Formats: sequence, C-alpha cells, structure tokens
Amino acid sequence: MKLNWFKYASPVTFYPLAGKLIPGFALAAAILTVAGLYISFFVAPTDFQQGESYRIIFIHVPAAWMSMFIYIVMAGWAAAGLIFNTRLSSMMASALAPTGALFTFIALWTGAFWGKPTWGAWWVWDARLTSELILLFLYMGFLALHAAIDDPRRADRASAVLALVGVVNVPIIYFSVKWWNTLHQGASVSMTMAPKMAATMLLGMLVMALACWMYSIAAALARVRCIIIEREQQAEWVANLAKEPT
Amino acid sequence: MMQTLRYVVFRDVLLAIRRRADVATTLFFFVIVASLFPLGVGPDPKLLRTMAPGILWVAALLASMLSLGRLFAEDYADGSLEQLVLVPEPLALVVIGKVVAHWLVSGLPLVLISPVIALQFDLPRDAIVTLLLALLLGTPLLSLIGAIGAALTVGVRGGGVLISLLVLPLYVPVLIFGAGAVDASAMGMDASGHLSILGALLLLGLGLAPWATAAALRISLE
Repeated sequence: MKLNWFKYASPVTFYPLAGKLIPGFALAAAILTVAGLYISFFVAPTDFQQGESYRIIFIHVPAAWMSMFIYIVMAGWAAAGLIFNTRLSSMMASALAPTGALFTFIALWTGAFWGKPTWGAWWVWDARLTSELILLFLYMGFLALHAAIDDPRRADRASAVLALVGVVNVPIIYFSVKWWNTLHQGASVSMTMAPKMAATMLLGMLVMALACWMYSIAAALARVRCIIIEREQQAEWVANLAKEPT
Repeated sequence: MMQTLRYVVFRDVLLAIRRRADVATTLFFFVIVASLFPLGVGPDPKLLRTMAPGILWVAALLASMLSLGRLFAEDYADGSLEQLVLVPEPLALVVIGKVVAHWLVSGLPLVLISPVIALQFDLPRDAIVTLLLALLLGTPLLSLIGAIGAALTVGVRGGGVLISLLVLPLYVPVLIFGAGAVDASAMGMDASGHLSILGALLLLGLGLAPWATAAALRISLE
C-alpha cells in the first residue's frame, strides 16, 4: 500500500483530524501544566542567590523558547504554502502567529517581573530582551500585513514573504543587538543562569516547556479549524457539516 | 540587461526631477526631525554630541522610510508597474533599477546634507567623515530593505502606516552599526569594523532583497 502523504493536506480531511487531535493535546497541556507548576512551586528548591523570585523562569524560559521556535515553524509553513501553493500550509502559518506573539509577550512580561527584584529595573537594554522585543514587532508586522489585505490568498502569500524575510533577519538582528549591547554597557547584567542548576529546577522547566508545546499545538489546531471554516464557507462540505447533528 | 537597468534608473530619476517638491520634502523632513531633538532634550552641547549619531541615524531611517511610498505606489496607480513586470529581463533587475533611483533621489541628498546637520551637533571632524561613509553604505541598504516592504504593501489600504511596522524592525541592524560607527569615531576609536559590517550587510542585501521584492511584487499584482 502506498502511503499518501498529502491526504491531510486538504482542508476537507484535515478539519475532522484536527478536531480529533485537539482534546488529546489540550488534556496533555493541562496535565503537564499542573505537574510543571507543582514541581516549580513545591519541589524545586529556593535559589540561594535570587530567593523565590527566580521561580518565574519556569514560565519565562519556556515562553521565550516557544516564541522563537514558533516563528521558525510559522516561516516553515509559510514557505511550504508559497512553494507548494497549498492552502492549508498558509492557514497553519496564520494560525500559529497569534500564539507565537502571545508567547513573545509572556516572555517579555515575565522577564520584566523577574528583572524588577533581581536587577532592580523593569527593563534593561539587554541583548536578549531587545531582540525578543524586535521579535514581537516582527510578529505584529506579520499579523498586521495579513489583516490589511482582504483577499485571503494574497494575504497568505504576502505575509509568507514577510515571514521568510524575517527569518533571514532574526540571526542578523540578534547578533547586531548583542554586539551593540556589549559595546554600550559592558557585561553588567547577564541573563545566563548559574552553570549548575538543580536537577528539579531543570525538570520543572522541561515539564513546563512540554506543557507550552502541547498548548501551542492545541491552540494552533483549534485556530486553524476556525480559519478553515471561515475560508471554506462557500464549500459544499462545510454546508454538509452544518447540517450534521452534533 | 544593463540597458534595462539604465532605462529604469533614468526613468525614475527623471520622474523625480519633474516633481522636485517630493525630493525636497524628504530632505526637509530629515533636517526638521534632526533639529527637533535639541529642542526636546535641551541645548547642552555635551549631551547633544553623545546623542548626535543616534539622532542623525534615526532621522535618516524615518526619512528613508517615508519616501518608500513613492517607490511603487505611483507606478501601480497608473498601471506602468504591470508593464514593468512584463519586461523580458528578470524582475529583480527592474527592482534594482528602481531601488538605485530611489536611493539617488532620497538617500544621496540626505548623505550630502548630513555633515551640515552634524555641525549643528558639534561632532568632531573625524566623526563627520565616518558619518558620511556610514550613511553612504547604509542608506542604499535602507532602500533595499524598504523596497520589500513597499512591494508587499502595494495597493493595500493603510499601506503608509503598515510599511513602518514591516520595515522598521528590519532596519535595526543598519541603525546599530551605522550609529555605532559614528559613536566609535566620536570617541576616538577605529570605526572600520562597523563600516565593514555595514558593507557586508549591503552586499547581502543587494543579493537577497531584490529577489524578495520581485516575489512580493508578483504577489501584489496577481
């Protein structure tokens, strides 16, 4: 039997598949979040330098990871949409963008909460903070461009080009900001963690990261279902879907 | 091939010369923005000297961005952009021609007037030379990156504000190394490292940006 790789590339077949997958991922996200928070708050020891305030990293670090990773995945889907001209790939890209922007915002916000007790300032022009902020701007640009163009196919393709340009630029921006930072203020503050992290701290962070993964997948799938229904509202299968008893 | 390039550059520059007011507007915008800062932060020469590289570069960034609207919008409105896309030469070549013309019209005047503005901020002579070099390398790069944003927003409503959201984050490296070069030189250090990186970024932009712009134009015009 020949495996059909493209079976689920069509919105018609993907829509019910996504519907079946969402509860699993959502449940995994909920369980992992509870477990991760338990480890973060009750199991992980207090940091001898930073006290209890370090515990924000259990959400901060996974959010920062996700923010960068989702941008790359989004650009990958956008590229697939441009190359293969598949509608679903572009829909996935636009479904991922709000989640990515959300995680970028969470990373910045929790970073500010962590910075106040630790550095004594809500915001410092640290290389990582600055590049994370610029990443948020890139997400906003993607969303704004997509929203500004009425024709959905054109919006998909235009924002795909922007996402790809952004992906080329992200490393350049990161290194230029890093260099700018070291030139301007020296190594006064560094976000790098202490080299030796307690195993439970690492575990808590990894579990939370997994929870963020599961949440992102569930949220993106739920959003892509909405986009599919919205875009395909003229199609016959959507009309049949509406007639079906739920 | 060179003929097409020459033709596109000649055409755009001619159009700009016929409407000189647009060129002057960009230039005066640059001058006005740079002059607003001393009014805002106070006339202390020491403070102004340290802020000058950043102010001049941010003003240059904004001036270059504001003139991006003219890059494709008018050709799109009168239909000649569609004819340009049909030219048998690669579209990226036409894009390079238009970017060169855009730089000649909006970037070069800015580079030429910048030493005068720098004098207002009491920058030392070496720093002014570096500023001139850095702007000479950086402004074409601004035009190249900006062209991508301009092509993506052709015919989009609210394109003017949208383009700033798309393009300004991508300008960050140019700002950092451009202002960094002037900063280093004002502090008596060697600025050649910054200038080399600006040059490298310019080559990278020259290689990649026209293709992205051409792809974006095709999407906008389909």
